[in-house]
Amino acid sequence: MTRYLMSTAAMLAVSASAALAEGETIGFSQIGSESGWRAAETTLTRTQAEERGYELQFSDAQQRQENQIAAIRSFVAQGVDAILLAPVVATGWDSVLEEAKEAEIPVVLLDRQVDSAEDLYLTAIGSNLVHEGEVAGEWLAGEVGERDCRIVELQGTTGSSPAIDRKAGFEAAIKDHANLEIVRSQTGDFTRALGKEVMESFLQAENGGKDICALYAHNDDMAVGAIQAIKEAGLKPGEDILVVSIDGVPDIFQAMANGEANATVELTPNMAGPAFDALEAYWADGTMPEKFIQTESRLYTQADDPAGEYERRKGLGY
Amino acid sequence: MAGLMRRLAPQLVALAALVGLVTAFYPAFLDLSFGGGRLSGPLVDVLKRAAPVALLATGMTLVIATRGIDLSVGAIMAICGAVAATAITAGWGLPAALLLALGAGAAAGLWNGVLVAVLGIQPFVATLILMTMGRGIAQLITEGRIMTFTDAGFAWIGSGTALGLPVPAWLWIATAAAFALVLRRTALGMLVEATGINRRASGLAGVNATVLLVAVYVAAGLCAALAGLVVTADIRGADANNAGLWLELDAILAVVIGGNSLLGGRFSIAASVIGALIIQTITIGIRLAGFPSEYNLIIKAVLVLVILVLQSPRLAPEWQFWRDSLRAARNRPADGKGAAK
Repeated sequence: MTRYLMSTAAMLAVSASAALAEGETIGFSQIGSESGWRAAETTLTRTQAEERGYELQFSDAQQRQENQIAAIRSFVAQGVDAILLAPVVATGWDSVLEEAKEAEIPVVLLDRQVDSAEDLYLTAIGSNLVHEGEVAGEWLAGEVGERDCRIVELQGTTGSSPAIDRKAGFEAAIKDHANLEIVRSQTGDFTRALGKEVMESFLQAENGGKDICALYAHNDDMAVGAIQAIKEAGLKPGEDILVVSIDGVPDIFQAMANGEANATVELTPNMAGPAFDALEAYWADGTMPEKFIQTESRLYTQADDPAGEYERRKGLGY
Repeated sequence: MAGLMRRLAPQLVALAALVGLVTAFYPAFLDLSFGGGRLSGPLVDVLKRAAPVALLATGMTLVIATRGIDLSVGAIMAICGAVAATAITAGWGLPAALLLALGAGAAAGLWNGVLVAVLGIQPFVATLILMTMGRGIAQLITEGRIMTFTDAGFAWIGSGTALGLPVPAWLWIATAAAFALVLRRTALGMLVEATGINRRASGLAGVNATVLLVAVYVAAGLCAALAGLVVTADIRGADANNAGLWLELDAILAVVIGGNSLLGGRFSIAASVIGALIIQTITIGIRLAGFPSEYNLIIKAVLVLVILVLQSPRLAPEWQFWRDSLRAARNRPADGKGAAK
C-alpha cells in the first residue's frame, strides 16, 4: 500500500516536472577513463545531453566506488532530474540507490549491471556480449557460403566475461555450418601486441597461413595487430584471410577502408541515447521501460563507408 | 671459454630439452626456410619475440648483481614507447624520436638510481614508485589512446630484417654482447659484483659504489627504453596501458633461470638471455602445440619449476655424487683390464 502511494506520488511529481521537458539537469557518474571506449562513451553522453538541451553534471570517479557514491549523494542533494550511473562494481549500491529513490530521482545504469533490487533503478542499458559473437559468426557463415573455412580465434583475457560470451556466441552461430571450423584458439589478452604475436604463431602452425580462411578476434585491437602479422607473412588480410572482430574502434574502420579487415560488430559507446529516450518517455507519461534495454550490435562491413565512419569516430576520444 | 661453457651448461641443457619437448608436440618447430631475404621459422620467431625480455634481462642482471631489483622496467618501456611515438607523430624525425626515448629511459634509470644509491631507499620500494607512476606518465603522454604512426623507419626496428634475421633479434644480441664485453673486458663487472656482495667493503677498497649503482640503474633504464622501442615499433603504436605490462617479472624470472642469485654478486648476462630464450620457447611452444589458453600459465609455471628445481644448489651435490659414481662404475672394468695386462 505504502509502495502504491509512493509510486503515485512519484508519478504526480514526475508529471509536474514533465511540463518543462527542456532544461532538465542530469547527473552522470562515470567510472573513469580507463579505455578509449569509455572516453568515447563520456564524449557521446555530453553531446547527446547538449543536443537534447539538458544540463549534464559530470563526475569522474577514477575507478573508485566511494567517489561514485559521493557523487550520487551530491546529485540527490542538488535535486537533479535523473542520474546516469556507470557502476564500477556490481555490489554495495543498495543504500545510495534507496536515497535516490526516496528523493524520487530515476537512476539509469549504463553499460554495467548492479546486484540490487530491480525497483531501485529505472532501467539498465547495455550490450549483449553473446549476441555480439553471434552477429560476427553469422556474418562469416554468410560470407563464406558453402566452401570449407578453417577459422583461427584470438580470445580476450582468459576468464573475462567478454571473452567467454563472445566465444560462446560465435560458436553458437557457426554450430550448424559443418564447413566452418575453429582450428586454433588462443588468448591475445585484448591487446594489439599479443594479437600480432599469437597470430604469427597461428600462421606458422597453419602452413604459413595458407590453411587459414578467416580470423575471428574478440576485439578490434587484437585484429589490428593480427592484420600486421598477416601482412608480414606475405598474405593479404581481408582477401587471403577474412578478418572479423568486435568493438568498432576507429582503427578497424581505417583497416576496413584499406581493404585489410572485413567486418566489425559495434559495441556502441552511445549508451546515453537509449537512456535519454527511456527517461523522456518516463517523464512524459510515466512509462516504465524494460529493466534491461539492449543496445544494437550493429555490423559494419567494407560496404558501410568505413572511411566516413573512421572520420566520425576519431574525435570521440577512443 | 671452457669456464663459460660450464657456467652456461644448465641453461643450455634446459633450453635444448625444452626445444626437444616442444618438437615432440609440434614436429615442425625446427623447420627453417629462407625466402625473401630472410630466414623464417618458429626458432626465428623465438629469437625475435625474446627481444623485450632479453633486453630487460640484460639490464636486470646488473641491477640484481648489485643486490638490487628494478620493478619499474615495464613502466619505463611504456614511457619510452609513448615518447618515441609522440615525437614521430609530431614530425620530429626518427633520430630525434630514438634519442628522446633513450633519454627518457636514462632519466627514469637516473631517478631510480638516485633513490637507491643516494637516498638509500630499498631498491624494491624505490623502483615500485616508478612502476606505479610510470604507466600514468605514459598515459598522460598518449592521452590515454593507442597512439599509432606510419613511419616505415621506426616500424623497421620492430618488424624489419637485417642480414636475414629480424632486427629485434640483432638488437638484443648486440646489446647483450656489448654489455658483456664492456663488463668482462674491463674491471667494471668485478666492481659491480664487489658492490653487490658488500657495498661498504667495496667502498673502503676504493670503489665509488654510489656512482656505480646509479650507472647500473641508468643501464637498466636504457635497456628498458630499447625494449619499449621494439614493442612500440612492432605494433606501430604506443599502447600505454599494455606495453611492457608485467614484463619486469619475466625479466626477473629470466635472470633467475640464468642461475644468478637475487642476493647479488656473481652474474652472467649470457645465462640471463638464455633464460629469456627459455621463457619465450615455452610461450611459443604452448601456442604452436595448440593447448587451450586456460593451460598457458599452468604449463609455463610447471616447466619453470622443473628447470629451477634441477638447478637447485641443494640438488647439485646429489648430481655430482650420482655422476661420480657412474664414472667410477664405468672406469672400474677398464682399470681391471689394464691391470690384467
